[in-house]
Amino acid sequence: MDEISIFDIAGPIMVGPSSSHTAGACKIGQFARALFHGTPRKVTFYLHGSFAEVYKGHATDRALLGGILKMRTSDPLIKDSFKVAAKKKIKYEFKKKFLGKRYHPNTVKIVLENSRRKMSVIGSSVGGGVIEILKIDNFNIHLRGRAGKYLSLVVQHDKNKTVVPELKAKVDALKGIRVHDVEQRTYKGKTLSILHMGGRRIKLPEVIELEKTTKHVDFIRSLSKLEKQ
Amino acid sequence: MKYHFQTAEELIKLTKRHNVPISEIAKLYESQRSGNAISTIRNKMKLTRDFMYKAVKTGIKSNKKSIMGISGGDAQKIYESLKNLKRMMGNKVTIRAMAYALAVSEQNARMGRIVAFPTAGGAGVVPGVLFSSAEHFKAGKRKLLRGLFCASAVGLIIAEGSTISAAKGGCQAEVGSAVAMAAAGLTEMRGGTPEQCFDASAIAFKSYLGLACDPLAGLVEVPCIKRNAIGCMNAIGASDMAMAGVQSYVPFDEVVRAARDIGRTMPRTIKETALGGLAITPTGNRVKKKLGLRITREL
Repeated sequence: MDEISIFDIAGPIMVGPSSSHTAGACKIGQFARALFHGTPRKVTFYLHGSFAEVYKGHATDRALLGGILKMRTSDPLIKDSFKVAAKKKIKYEFKKKFLGKRYHPNTVKIVLENSRRKMSVIGSSVGGGVIEILKIDNFNIHLRGRAGKYLSLVVQHDKNKTVVPELKAKVDALKGIRVHDVEQRTYKGKTLSILHMGGRRIKLPEVIELEKTTKHVDFIRSLSKLEKQ
Repeated sequence: MKYHFQTAEELIKLTKRHNVPISEIAKLYESQRSGNAISTIRNKMKLTRDFMYKAVKTGIKSNKKSIMGISGGDAQKIYESLKNLKRMMGNKVTIRAMAYALAVSEQNARMGRIVAFPTAGGAGVVPGVLFSSAEHFKAGKRKLLRGLFCASAVGLIIAEGSTISAAKGGCQAEVGSAVAMAAAGLTEMRGGTPEQCFDASAIAFKSYLGLACDPLAGLVEVPCIKRNAIGCMNAIGASDMAMAGVQSYVPFDEVVRAARDIGRTMPRTIKETALGGLAITPTGNRVKKKLGLRITREL
């Protein structure tokens, strides 16, 4: 298991009232939006466990939606995320659902849709604003981190064995970044790969460059983008 | 890893080997973990400190109610009482600490900006204790930073060995952790040894074992806000005991293990679900009704 950062304890800087139910929820929302790669038209949240019991009082609903709207955990606008969503014409719905015994009590399943595709993400908020992403569509993964910890690239590409080595070489060639390991899972004829990286943060222009120059890639998302407080 | 630690024992060994305080090891650990320079880490903590201070100062002036209207305005009342200290039993440091803790927690309840330290539920304790005592010793900002780093290191050990999520471990995991962290931070600021820091932490943490997380309607307001204030008293008391030479009979690492065990066996109804304890008293159910929540049973 990777090590906890001092700033997982001393932070995040956030809008109240609960780090697991508000800040963590916002972060799961940010993550889902980053993975969806586009503006969703309709978002459905399935709240599990403690999220389902007490989401109203902790503003979990507003925070989740705020995350989907790319708000940061310290953004005072979270309070008004319903209004912002209405203005942006994004439909949202909250449902209570028991997702299974193996999940942490603070878990949500987010289903994002637009006219072209549909995607689901399951994430848990495990306390202190630290979150874990456990499932993307049918792809079991285990990503853990707070804003400031993700140094991962999520890549969706064709079932093609050359894509990942090519990307890996390209990332390794960037100064100050190394690839530690790669996780891969295939679903619906596509492969989703996660490259865990060490070293400095990857910059957005570099990510765009990678996406442009590599063939057979649908999208590359840098999860370090969520880093800022 | 050179500065790796997961338990108090390992951390104390590191401080002995390098002959530095806990806060220094915390910085080195983070620097090694993230690959950032020490100065970057110090700056990040400075930013954290400044946000905490802002939350204290805004909260102390505000008497706005929370969104649901069941809390707010108490920080100001206690802060005012400082003007008439003769009427109070506590001393200036403890009363100011309570005022600061209430200020942060109330800010949190009205969806203001705060620093979760270690979580939002217990966010008032560390700033309350550390800012108030720093004013007392006229300590510079640098010393305050030491307190914060030391407190974070203790929080890290709790997070590794147990949990800091009330949904998993009850209130002991949130306010309890915060009190243990504040006790250690304060002890280091006062010049205590690493052992004394952990004695203070263990003494404080032991008195929070098994505390239920049963807030009304699941809101982080009642009893959370006032628990933060009382937590400051406990942290200061534990630090005083450690500085006077009192040792914890059970070492800190074992207390953490106990917290983990208690958290596991604690019933679900008192783990931030609003299904037991204070949440289902007649008052608790009234708040639930106001929010449109389902009422399961009443005491």
